Amino acid sequence: MPISILMPALSPTMEEGTLAKWHVKEGDAVASGDVIAEIETDKATMEVEAIDEGTVGKLLVAEGTEAVLVNTAIAIILEEGEDASALDGFDVNADAESAPASPETTPSKAEPASSTEASPDTEKSSAPEPARATGELVFSSPLARRIASQEGVDIAALKGTGPRGRVVKKDVEAALASGQSKAPAALQAIPTGQQPAVDPRVYFEEGSYDEVPLDKMRMTIARRLTQSKQEIPHYYISVDCELDALLQARKDLNAQGDEGIKLSVNDFVVRAAALALKKVPDVNVSYAGNAVLKHHNADIGIAVAIDGGLITPIISKADEKGLAAISTAAKDLALRARERKLKPSEFEGGGFSISNLGMFGVKNFTAVINPPQSAILAVGAGEMRPVIKDGEVTAATVMTVTLSCDHRVIDGALGAQFLQVFKRHIELPTSMLM
Amino acid sequence: MTDKTYDVVVIGGGPGGYVAAIRASQLGLKAAVIERDKLGGVCLNWGCIPTKALLRSAEVYHLMQNASDFGLKAEGISFDIDAVVKRSRKVSERLSGGIGFLMKKNKIDVIAGEASLSDPTTISVKSTKETLTVKAKNIILATGARARTLPDLEPDGDVVWTAKEAMVPKKMPKSILVIGSGAIGIEFASFYNTLGVDVTVVEMVDRILPAEDAEIAALAAKSFKAQGMKFLTGAKIEKVEKGAKNAKVTVTTSDGKTQTQTVDVVICAVGIVGNVENIGLEKLGIKVDRTHVSVDKWCTTNVKNIYAIGDLVGPPWLAHKASHEGAMVAERIAGQPDIHPLDTSKIPGCTYCHPQVASVGLSEEKAKEAGYKIKVGRFPFTGNGKAIALGDTTGLVKTVFDEKTGELLGAHMVGAEVTELIQGYTVARMMEATEADLMGTVFPHPTLSEMMHESVLDAFDRALHI
Repeated sequence: MPISILMPALSPTMEEGTLAKWHVKEGDAVASGDVIAEIETDKATMEVEAIDEGTVGKLLVAEGTEAVLVNTAIAIILEEGEDASALDGFDVNADAESAPASPETTPSKAEPASSTEASPDTEKSSAPEPARATGELVFSSPLARRIASQEGVDIAALKGTGPRGRVVKKDVEAALASGQSKAPAALQAIPTGQQPAVDPRVYFEEGSYDEVPLDKMRMTIARRLTQSKQEIPHYYISVDCELDALLQARKDLNAQGDEGIKLSVNDFVVRAAALALKKVPDVNVSYAGNAVLKHHNADIGIAVAIDGGLITPIISKADEKGLAAISTAAKDLALRARERKLKPSEFEGGGFSISNLGMFGVKNFTAVINPPQSAILAVGAGEMRPVIKDGEVTAATVMTVTLSCDHRVIDGALGAQFLQVFKRHIELPTSMLM
Repeated sequence: MTDKTYDVVVIGGGPGGYVAAIRASQLGLKAAVIERDKLGGVCLNWGCIPTKALLRSAEVYHLMQNASDFGLKAEGISFDIDAVVKRSRKVSERLSGGIGFLMKKNKIDVIAGEASLSDPTTISVKSTKETLTVKAKNIILATGARARTLPDLEPDGDVVWTAKEAMVPKKMPKSILVIGSGAIGIEFASFYNTLGVDVTVVEMVDRILPAEDAEIAALAAKSFKAQGMKFLTGAKIEKVEKGAKNAKVTVTTSDGKTQTQTVDVVICAVGIVGNVENIGLEKLGIKVDRTHVSVDKWCTTNVKNIYAIGDLVGPPWLAHKASHEGAMVAERIAGQPDIHPLDTSKIPGCTYCHPQVASVGLSEEKAKEAGYKIKVGRFPFTGNGKAIALGDTTGLVKTVFDEKTGELLGAHMVGAEVTELIQGYTVARMMEATEADLMGTVFPHPTLSEMMHESVLDAFDRALHI
């Protein structure tokens, strides 16, 4: 029976493409693996290979045709012993579902279009053009695979130059030399550390340092934060907040606290941030490539330094929690974080983070956004500073906070607006009772 | 004869040239081969093939001499050098005839005569009968090479031989001095030594088989010495005084002393020179560097449609390299996809002495020089059942791996039939196998090839039978 060649999907998101060039004409013999056509999309040009052996019976789509839908029959291959008469009455699209040119890449029709289009996979959108369609078999030499796994190169992203497009040692070495093709984080089963552009070992004499292998937490930190700084256009805004009213309120509350609860300044900071997120909800968002996810809850991560690294457990629905509840939750999360007993759901996600280095006397600093969040507040120490009030220099306890924002979704005015609300809550702690 | 235009004309019908023509023809190109002598070139007529026939005679003779080792009786053992040579010539003739048949089968015109380029698409061919003009869209130069000769040491067929004369001795000499210990020198040294000739090999560098791994070359040297061969390494030929029946050779040895030796025959095996003369290279301005035509990785000369392959181009001077280049160029002319330039680090080399030597890739010392941190595996023939059954326990299989990636950087062997084994490692290198793939490969028992497995295991301290 004649075999239909279908328009292949070169990526999971591809819906249509241009048939740029035919490499065969009607009557040509083709063998499995022969390049029969070139397909162009806005991102790449890819070759279509014959999967079956036979003779080209009919080319159904003319060279240069644009917007050919994925899975449309583009040609018919006659199997051995068949001639053109076999084409009579042959339904070219009958096996459209069963025999696509690259079956693995066909998007399932059961899935809503948005599930592939709106994937929040930011790596993919900024990655170099794919060397082959997702799911396509990657042929590579054992040595190429070995080096790729040692060096953290994503072999599927490489174009093979060996026999029949096999990825060989040379291709992996070329990718390493060009610094491209690091495996996308999402595809890595085991986290590997971010490879520095130059191995620092070249600068130091062997024996002049101790080499400590990275543990998984350090590798994750390295990878995620490099990714954050490389992908997210960070910008920073700072504001000074006077703390005296807050400190007084804290003192009063702690003095009469009957449940042994000792509120920290940070508990107030979390509460203020939660309320500010509610009032300026456009800061409580995630960038999803082609959409913005606006979160319903003010889930706030608090950076906790633990042995060998840090983790950001999340106080969920912080806006619905009073100061006492926030304080209890924060203490519990921090304790379990140090014991490494947090469940992934307790430190993944979130809409916002707070990093407080005030206890070290830090005046101000900037923090790296923790994806998929879009903002993080860096909190410095409360210290006595001269301030000018009504034209007079006077002393006040001042705390500088710096907001890091993802400019893709939070513009400067929005970030400033958030800080304005936050500052008001800090400076007028009774407003947090509302 | 009217002028004819071909898609491809190959000048030279050796293993590079005739293979290029066959491949071109397979791809639908009209091809012709111009040959001034016999099809098959040096390889088939004066090199690889006839020497293997000679060495086989020597091997059988050696076995007969040692018949009692196998519980056999053989008395009055001797040989007839004329019959040995005759057999060797017959083997060559049979194969040369076979190539004529292959040319017919592939509809390739064979034009006899001396070719010379007139312009980039025109070749004039001069035969004893006529001079004709051949037009070609593409030309492949495959004129090969010949033995390099030393000044005052021109081969005369009596006292001074090159490989060519050594292949067809008029009579058996009693003593031979071989200049050069590369593959050709060692093969003739081994052949004549086995037939009872007193053989001395003189080598300029400090060891024999300089292209091979030092450990392997040392083992081969030890075995040759045990068979009575003599070596002067790090030595320099000062003077050769040719007489009518013998030659007086003066050599400065490695310790600076001068010694004189009188031998019946001097075999000159000091490399080759490309056949670049009288083929019109100068007229077309085709670049030549020290008797070899300069080409890029696709064997293209500085004239776009003119290619050069094989010995004419440069090392390694091996028939299989020439054939591979010939096929590659034909495919490129035909516009085939997926063509790859030849990677010389994946070309095996074989020396058919007794014991044989074979290798592919980097030697231990070359791998170290290249900066690799290596793991080396060794397995001796004495630990292999088949080798013991064959009664041939001299030898070693050595493998060199990159410690970091497990890449098989090189494999080096000395011993019985290793020239037949090496392609296993060559496939491994071609496929970019790592030690894991070789360890996971099942090698049949009982075979010599099991040593290839054991050597890999040994490199990672896992050898089973030692």
